Amino acid sequence: MSKVIVKEKERVLNVVGHPVNRVDALAKVTGTAKFTADYYVPNMLYAVVKHADIPHGYIKKIDTSEAEKVEGVVKIATGKDIPGVKKVGFPIPDEEVIVQEKVRYIGDVVAIVAAETLEAARKAAEKIKVEYDPLPVVLDPEEAMKEDAPKIHDSGNIITHFKIRKGDVEKGFKEADYVIEREYRTQFIEHSYLEPVAALAIPVGDMIEIYGTVQNPHNARRITSLTLGIPMHKVRVIQPALGGSFGGKDDTANFVAARAALMAKLTGRPVKMVYTREQDMRESYKRHPYIMRYKVGFTKDGRITAMEIKVITNAGAYSSSSPLVLYRSTVQCTGTYEVPNIKGDFYTVYTNTVFSGAMRGFGAPQINFAVESLMDEIAEILGMDPVEIRLKNAYKEGSVTPTGQVLKGHVVSIRDIIKKLAEIADWKKKREEYSKDKGDVRRGIGISCAFRGVSLGAEGADYAGAIVEVFEDGHISITSGISEMGQGAKTVMSQTAAEVLGVPIEYVTFVGPDTSFSPDSGPTVASRGTLMGCGAVKVAAEVVKERMAKYAAKLFNTTYENIVFENGYVYSKKNPENKISFPELAKKCYLDRVNLSAVGWFLAPEIHWDPETGEGEPYFTYTYYADIAEVEVNVKTGDVKVKKVYAMHDPGKVVNPKTAKGQVYGGVAMGIGYALKEEYKIDGKGYPITLNFDKYQIVRAHEMPDVEVYFLENPDPSGPFGAKSLGEPAFDTVAPAITNAIAHATGVRVRSLPATKDKILKLLKEKEERR
Amino acid sequence: MKKQLLRMRVNGRDVEVYVRPDARLIDVLRDLGYLSVKEGCGTGECGACTVIMDGKTVLSCITFALQANGKEIITVEGLAKNGKLHPVQEAFIEKGAVQCGYCIPGFIMSTVYLLNENPNPTHEDILDALEGNLCRCTGYVKIIEAVKEAASRLKKEA
Repeated sequence: MSKVIVKEKERVLNVVGHPVNRVDALAKVTGTAKFTADYYVPNMLYAVVKHADIPHGYIKKIDTSEAEKVEGVVKIATGKDIPGVKKVGFPIPDEEVIVQEKVRYIGDVVAIVAAETLEAARKAAEKIKVEYDPLPVVLDPEEAMKEDAPKIHDSGNIITHFKIRKGDVEKGFKEADYVIEREYRTQFIEHSYLEPVAALAIPVGDMIEIYGTVQNPHNARRITSLTLGIPMHKVRVIQPALGGSFGGKDDTANFVAARAALMAKLTGRPVKMVYTREQDMRESYKRHPYIMRYKVGFTKDGRITAMEIKVITNAGAYSSSSPLVLYRSTVQCTGTYEVPNIKGDFYTVYTNTVFSGAMRGFGAPQINFAVESLMDEIAEILGMDPVEIRLKNAYKEGSVTPTGQVLKGHVVSIRDIIKKLAEIADWKKKREEYSKDKGDVRRGIGISCAFRGVSLGAEGADYAGAIVEVFEDGHISITSGISEMGQGAKTVMSQTAAEVLGVPIEYVTFVGPDTSFSPDSGPTVASRGTLMGCGAVKVAAEVVKERMAKYAAKLFNTTYENIVFENGYVYSKKNPENKISFPELAKKCYLDRVNLSAVGWFLAPEIHWDPETGEGEPYFTYTYYADIAEVEVNVKTGDVKVKKVYAMHDPGKVVNPKTAKGQVYGGVAMGIGYALKEEYKIDGKGYPITLNFDKYQIVRAHEMPDVEVYFLENPDPSGPFGAKSLGEPAFDTVAPAITNAIAHATGVRVRSLPATKDKILKLLKEKEERR
Repeated sequence: MKKQLLRMRVNGRDVEVYVRPDARLIDVLRDLGYLSVKEGCGTGECGACTVIMDGKTVLSCITFALQANGKEIITVEGLAKNGKLHPVQEAFIEKGAVQCGYCIPGFIMSTVYLLNENPNPTHEDILDALEGNLCRCTGYVKIIEAVKEAASRLKKEA
């Protein structure tokens, strides 16, 4: 069940806002959609990496002599073979495509083999012998912060320390009737895209063409250009169908592209590199584990007066996007609640674990788990309803965020969402009724809500480009650097072009991204794809439309403002009977040499944030959402079944209800995994345990509850058709709604994810013993 | 290892190919151009490589190619007939069951098998049939809707 709640009367849209089918579905159901590993070219070599054998140590010697003897081996490369820049990575260049001096985790690549067959390449990679000078290993970020901890990089182990200083916390604690302290922890999470990372690099003269499993083709181009020491126009990255990403196919996937390109350059032959699931899970970055300590003051009537916060995140061996992830955690540190006095210190720290990076949510889910658990704990102490305590503190228009930003210029819809969702879920009644359960299986209901800064904010330059070209037969090709990874970007951008030009969506095809002709649009991250991609397509399509309208105006003897584009026809408002089909008009335009190709450029509003004081406007607008979850917990076995999830989102404008719902269902599934079972485990010495789906278990079909999705539309002035974000919100608040429901059902609170049955049973036992 | 002759029928076409005894069915099918057969885990955990062999689903990443000797294999490429999509494919498009699409050929084959065996599946039957297929994008909701839709389309056709 789902529903779009339309608040105000809007102008009639014919394509945008409608549940059109995905433009890439036909290729995907017929097996004709080509993914990176599906590309084969003549004379192609296969490449395989050799990973580090230990988690920390200097490389003394790499002996490739035995490996060279394997029949079919063409080239073995080590870090010395990199002609260009040795250290890459954004924002801090501390990552190496092939490690030269020192390994820092078990997923570092020390050598690459290219051979005539995959089998030969694998065999040779196993025969590479590396001698190390081992170094002490540090896996715990708090240990790594100590003065005498082994240094993983020369710069020291603390990568970033952000601060929030708002009001006066001491004063705030004095005003409080209660002050409590709680610690919450979260785990490493594997993205678990179904398609492992891969690349095919083809040398073409002095150019390298790459097909790669890259979320951000322009980032892959940058890394390859730096690694090979050749300018960007000599690197062409084409993104084939991408088998899921969730933030996970940036750094690692770019390195795989650069490695294939390096081997292609060194051998002069096409080189294909396809990771196994085990290689992928060993090397690729994860969601950050967090340690979060909150000291909170609140009054008898449930008003929060102060928060003192310390957050430590494990960045692992390399910084990747850790500072940016921490940035989001910092500026959203109180969740969706207004807190007058805040002192927050946020650290991200190197260790010898797998590195952490971007993953759907990007520093928000961890904070939401802490804050949303905390709200329920406060409610319990005060004997208040969890909905009531949220409404008491939730943002409203004019509220001031931790960074001093005043929320205005958009509808601050969180209170509306909480109230509506609680009503839909029949919250009050269920909360009371489930509390009476006494048997082995007990029901619980929990809520969680959040706000989220839209797009990159002050994390980076926020722009996107698109090209729209109307062909002589009136059909349209569009492209952008905003990429498709399964979320539906191609579909919503196609809808946008069709909407503006007044044609059915079947008239539009999205091609690319291809870095040699799709405009660099920044990365497809931060739930910005629809906002920025559709924004750029809209600008480009409007330019073409204006040119066509001016031409049509001459045909109809009127001015171009009177020209209407609708359902594949173009006519004058003055005389609608006299019309021309869109294809006919396009044909006429070409014969009269009218340019029907345009580049659109879309900029997010400017903002500013000061990392020293933690003050400023970190994002130009925000999105609001909530989840309510119902669970059944067996108190004898600790088994949790999620029975129902209600989700409500304010994405500004739903561009495609069909794909939007799909995003939310997928987010709920991922959230259940985060809440109950997923954990990428590393043993006490730094070696990973969970390298395939047998040990790393994601949610299966039978674990999915009934899900009801609601969209509350408050069109945002900054987005195309009022659209802002949905992809990450779909996941962000699911886990705490579930853990809050578990607490309601059992009376025990799991403060470290995942809430496994062992943890629940242990807490139940401790509770029993306290009696 | 000496190569051996493998004779099988793939999507109605007779195939003869020499393969090593340790060759996996997935690799042989992909080498023959049946690229809808996807590898997600290589260990039989994810179901992306599911094909139908003599009427039953098998995981081609943990099946030796020679096990297919004398057998009939169907992959997604073999579903559309005379340019018309199979009702399962139509339902997956219509219901919005596809996101990244990497797991989809496996889901489609599991669905085709289910509906061949059981034209009137209950919700539980569907969950059981999809138990071996992993998807990270969709939360399965629309895939399950698509299976129900496909069942009703197939019944109308019959």
